[in-house]
Amino acid sequence: MIGTLTALIFLPALGALAIALLRGDRDRADAQARRVALTFSFLTLLLGLWLLGRFELGEPGMQLLERASWIPALNVQYLVGVDGISLFLVLLTVVLVPLLLLVPWEPVRENYRLYAAMVLLLETGLLGVFLALDLVLFYVFWEAMLIPMYFLIGVWGGERRGYAAMKFFLYTMATSVLMLVAIIVLYVQFGTFDLLALQGTAMAPARELWLFLAFAAAFAVKTPLWPFHSWLPDAYREAPVVGTVLMAALMSKAGLYGFLRFGPTLFPNAFGEMIPYLLALALVGVLYGALVAVVQGDLKRMVAYSSLSHVGLVAMGVFAMSALSLAGAVLQMISHGLVIAGVFLLLALLAERFGGLRPMDAYGGLMHFMPRLGALALIFVFANVALPGTSNFVGEFLILVGTFVAEYRVYAILGAFVAVLSAIYMLWMTQRVFHNPPREELRDRARDLTAKEVALLAPLVLLVFWIGIYPKPLLQRIEPSTEMLLLNAQARVEQTLGIADPAPDLEDTLTQAQKEEGR
Amino acid sequence: MEFVWVVLILPLVGALINGLLGRRMSKRAVSGVACGSVGVAFLFAVNALLGLLRLPPEERVFTQTLFDWIVAGGLSAKFSLLLDPLSAVMLLVVTGVGFLIHLYSVGYMGEDRDYSRYFSWLNLFTFSMLLLVLADNFLLLFVGWELVGLCSYLLIGFWFTKPSAASAAKKAFVVTRVGDFGFMIGLFLIFATFGTFDYFRVFEEAPQVLAYGGALATGITLLLFAGAVGKSAQIPLYVWLPDAMEGPTPVSALIHAATMVTAGVYLIARAYVLYELAPVSMAVVAAIGVATAFFAATMALVTHDIKRMLAYSTISQLGYMFLATGVGAYAAGMFHLVSHAFMKALLFLSAGSVMHALGGEETDMRRMGGLRTKLPYTSTVFLLGSLGLSGIPPLVGFFSKDLILEETFLSGNTTLWLVGLAAAVLTAFYMLRGHFLTFYGKPRYDETKVHPHESPPVMLWPLFALAALTVFGGILWISFLNFAPFEKFLEPVFEGARLVGEEEHPAALSTGMLVLLSVLAAGVGIGIAWLVYLRGVTVGEGLRRAFRPLYTLLYNRYYVDELYTALFVVPGRRLSEFLAGSFDQGLLNGIVNGVGRLVDALGGALRRVESGYIRAYAAWMLVGALAILIYLYLR
Amino acid sequence: MSVPVVNYLVLSAVLFAVGTLGVLSRRNALILFMSIELMLNAVNLAFIAFARQWGDMAGQVIVFFVLVVAAAEVVVGLAIIINIFRTRETVDVDDVDRLRG
Repeated sequence: MIGTLTALIFLPALGALAIALLRGDRDRADAQARRVALTFSFLTLLLGLWLLGRFELGEPGMQLLERASWIPALNVQYLVGVDGISLFLVLLTVVLVPLLLLVPWEPVRENYRLYAAMVLLLETGLLGVFLALDLVLFYVFWEAMLIPMYFLIGVWGGERRGYAAMKFFLYTMATSVLMLVAIIVLYVQFGTFDLLALQGTAMAPARELWLFLAFAAAFAVKTPLWPFHSWLPDAYREAPVVGTVLMAALMSKAGLYGFLRFGPTLFPNAFGEMIPYLLALALVGVLYGALVAVVQGDLKRMVAYSSLSHVGLVAMGVFAMSALSLAGAVLQMISHGLVIAGVFLLLALLAERFGGLRPMDAYGGLMHFMPRLGALALIFVFANVALPGTSNFVGEFLILVGTFVAEYRVYAILGAFVAVLSAIYMLWMTQRVFHNPPREELRDRARDLTAKEVALLAPLVLLVFWIGIYPKPLLQRIEPSTEMLLLNAQARVEQTLGIADPAPDLEDTLTQAQKEEGR
Repeated sequence: MEFVWVVLILPLVGALINGLLGRRMSKRAVSGVACGSVGVAFLFAVNALLGLLRLPPEERVFTQTLFDWIVAGGLSAKFSLLLDPLSAVMLLVVTGVGFLIHLYSVGYMGEDRDYSRYFSWLNLFTFSMLLLVLADNFLLLFVGWELVGLCSYLLIGFWFTKPSAASAAKKAFVVTRVGDFGFMIGLFLIFATFGTFDYFRVFEEAPQVLAYGGALATGITLLLFAGAVGKSAQIPLYVWLPDAMEGPTPVSALIHAATMVTAGVYLIARAYVLYELAPVSMAVVAAIGVATAFFAATMALVTHDIKRMLAYSTISQLGYMFLATGVGAYAAGMFHLVSHAFMKALLFLSAGSVMHALGGEETDMRRMGGLRTKLPYTSTVFLLGSLGLSGIPPLVGFFSKDLILEETFLSGNTTLWLVGLAAAVLTAFYMLRGHFLTFYGKPRYDETKVHPHESPPVMLWPLFALAALTVFGGILWISFLNFAPFEKFLEPVFEGARLVGEEEHPAALSTGMLVLLSVLAAGVGIGIAWLVYLRGVTVGEGLRRAFRPLYTLLYNRYYVDELYTALFVVPGRRLSEFLAGSFDQGLLNGIVNGVGRLVDALGGALRRVESGYIRAYAAWMLVGALAILIYLYLR
Repeated sequence: MSVPVVNYLVLSAVLFAVGTLGVLSRRNALILFMSIELMLNAVNLAFIAFARQWGDMAGQVIVFFVLVVAAAEVVVGLAIIINIFRTRETVDVDDVDRLRG
């Protein structure tokens, strides 16, 4: 009997397999591949919605668990499950992939079959990462994401695609190997890869710290956390737009998700100890990304650095570890995914019309020629500066308030300054590209969006507004899980403090620990 | 009262209809939807006011929860509306003045190609402003606060193909965001202190939680004030408002004079309970207010641009309102807010009428003059507005401004009062200067090309309505035989405020003397303007030369824009460029690529070992075998 | 009377050294091959000598293995050499350096 989650994970891979079996002359096979890919991704979307329906409200733990033995000799299991943290990341994935496959303007002229198969395989990898609860299984999916992405950049990328793909691949690979080592060490000590079983284990502080750092390295590069971001501008710029969206909207969330899922559960003490440093990195990323974005002349690079800044803010929410900031962080992962997808799709539309993206200063007055594209661009611009009414505001405000009440006040205050910086770079870009005197030489190529193209972007716009105006359905499901994560981590830290410091009065130690947590 | 949500929703519906379908609708339909939605909203607002009036004064608070907005981890911000006398006053101003300006826009914007976009955004602004004043918690207020900022951005940059307009829009948004940054931190502090954003819970707990004059109370109030400084264009964040005049004139009237810029005053009046606990903040508010009132008035003295003159005047009058709230005279501040909304909307719309008459966007008073005969109505209402703003009885401005000065004096701070009085002289001078330059003297425009004509009725009627409000609005404040409607109406809102004047400052001057002095101040200003600009009295050469540097300084707006550029923009850009260039691409990327290159070099060094000669490999094997043997032997 | 085992071992060492020198100094692939055979047989001789000294059959068994493997190796090796000769017209191993790094 195949469970919902298993079906969800492997349906796209099945689609990829079906595409691989297509034969016949190229054009026909490509057309068929497109249909197959769309069918399978839509089926996955439906399955995702069904999952949402089956998801039990108010249940903080893992739901719809599926457990099977995989490699008995090593006690490796096939273990998947969903909770409020992973639910919406799964939904974001299954919503975005069909949209991306619908993108008609993608200049994928050669080998569409391989391309569609890669996108579907990547979807399987992403879903697996979000749902796997066995460390080996997680690692397998984690690396499985890398291969299709390498091809997406390397085959269909821009001029310097080789450089970008290699840099991306080596950088992420090198650090995920560290995670593999840590996973093996965990196995050697505890004899299991089961995340749920590992949750209650304790280890020597020094070892915990090293293992956490090994995990953190993999996640920090994937997210990316400052200063591990140097693959990002190149990869975002050179990848085909669909690849960029997958990276920015979904893969970066895999890194953040990793921090959230494994940091507090496996290494609560080490995680707690590293919080100030991690927060500092996140904060630097927030401000640094925004400052660097100000002077970028290239649209994709500007968005890349702005993404670094936004992702840094989400990371801040994860690291601040308060009920508010965690809920905000999960919500903001979704929101950022939607907004960045919208931004890059708009850039793709622009590129399609002008035969590739030009530097910002080569545009001007586009709003005059393309009012519909301009209006949509404005919506995403203001979502990016976290204007209330858009989803980003809810997420970022919760993160900042949560960080503030967790008594990381300076971080929250400095982080809030991004409100000013993001306004500067986004509006300056808007002025240079969409406002200012219209350039006559652009007139011929500046066709406005067709109804079809508007319809393609409409789901993203609606979701951005919906989450901004009525985020309750999301928060209701996210919060119990983040709350439980938080409480478990706190309990574990208190427990360790009790063990490490054998005070005569255990009660005393506990209250002290609580106080420390509270402060 | 139950229908107060309708007031809020109607403009939003109008904005959506015009925004999504407007381009396919006729102009008549667009203006019908836009004006209709705001007009009906005004009627509902009046209905809400009547509903409030039917209740006994102390029960005039009505809240309505529409839905849960953000509920997470102990934070519960509901989307709920609050109707009390304070918000009712704002409600009426926003929908009432807003409706008149919508109506006026039908004529003013009639020829514009983006007619529907204009009205969609104007409606969206009305919605946002209503949300701001109707919110029943700080977070929702912040939502409205940001949304009016958005609409301000959109409407200043309405003619976005003009680089100056696009830049002004961007500047307005960014500069107010600097204030909002403070506001946001204030919100964090409020939440960290009270665990809620709800007005009533915050205000109820504030006296217990916050120590009188304590750091926390001062901090919260000053941070909120930072937001107000940005939005209401006070020192040091006023620089965006003069540039904001790049937007269409009705927009300047509605957003940058009558409503949005007064949001800061509303915020302080709303949160007066907190301010009462922070005397330092009150002093800061009053000081910044009066300083801005004077400072902006000096800049209005010399500008040649009629809209910029009005913009500086707005900044100055907003300073008066902050002065009033700073000395605890909240009702007086609110009254000046209302009266200023009437007068400044009137002035801006008449200025728009003048520009319209001169065929478009002419704002330079040096190319106007002698329009009194050509534009009799416009000229008259402009004069009424100017006199009102100068504080000539019995116009509404006399009551409101005089009241602020009086309360300031009674609060015991003579310096504030003196500066305020001096600013009143300047106000009277620059307003009448503007009037004389525009409507008197010889025509200075090109009479062969421009043929001024009075505006169409759709533009004149709103002017008349506003003029009537300017003339008769004072009735709202007349306290005669226990008849003081405005003050009485607001009384329950501000009941906790310490009453100014009842404190133990022996009044050195009687109320009558104070009134006389402030009217005299206005008279002096008007007199000088009359002498200089109508009678053509010229001052001596020596005096003129002595004032030359001062004039240059004022004319260049104290070089504040240049100063900010040098202090913030240029270093910020340098920092960004450094980070993006040598740091990010040079150092960080260099390290990463350096690691790659290191591995490459290592491989390059090692590859030489692989000579490809079989016999060399064999030799190496021999060496290896011998090494192992030697090792084993020596062990 | 038997020949002492050390004589066999000396002979084996000499043969091995000769083979090694041959591998190192000659460039003709066939001669290389013969040298390698010499080395192998030197080792075989040592195996048998030890097997006899200790009366353990294992050494002799291993020699059979070595012989079989050597025969297989000669087959493969000669085939490779013939192929090299066909494509490059030389059996000089120093001319065959495609694997140079």
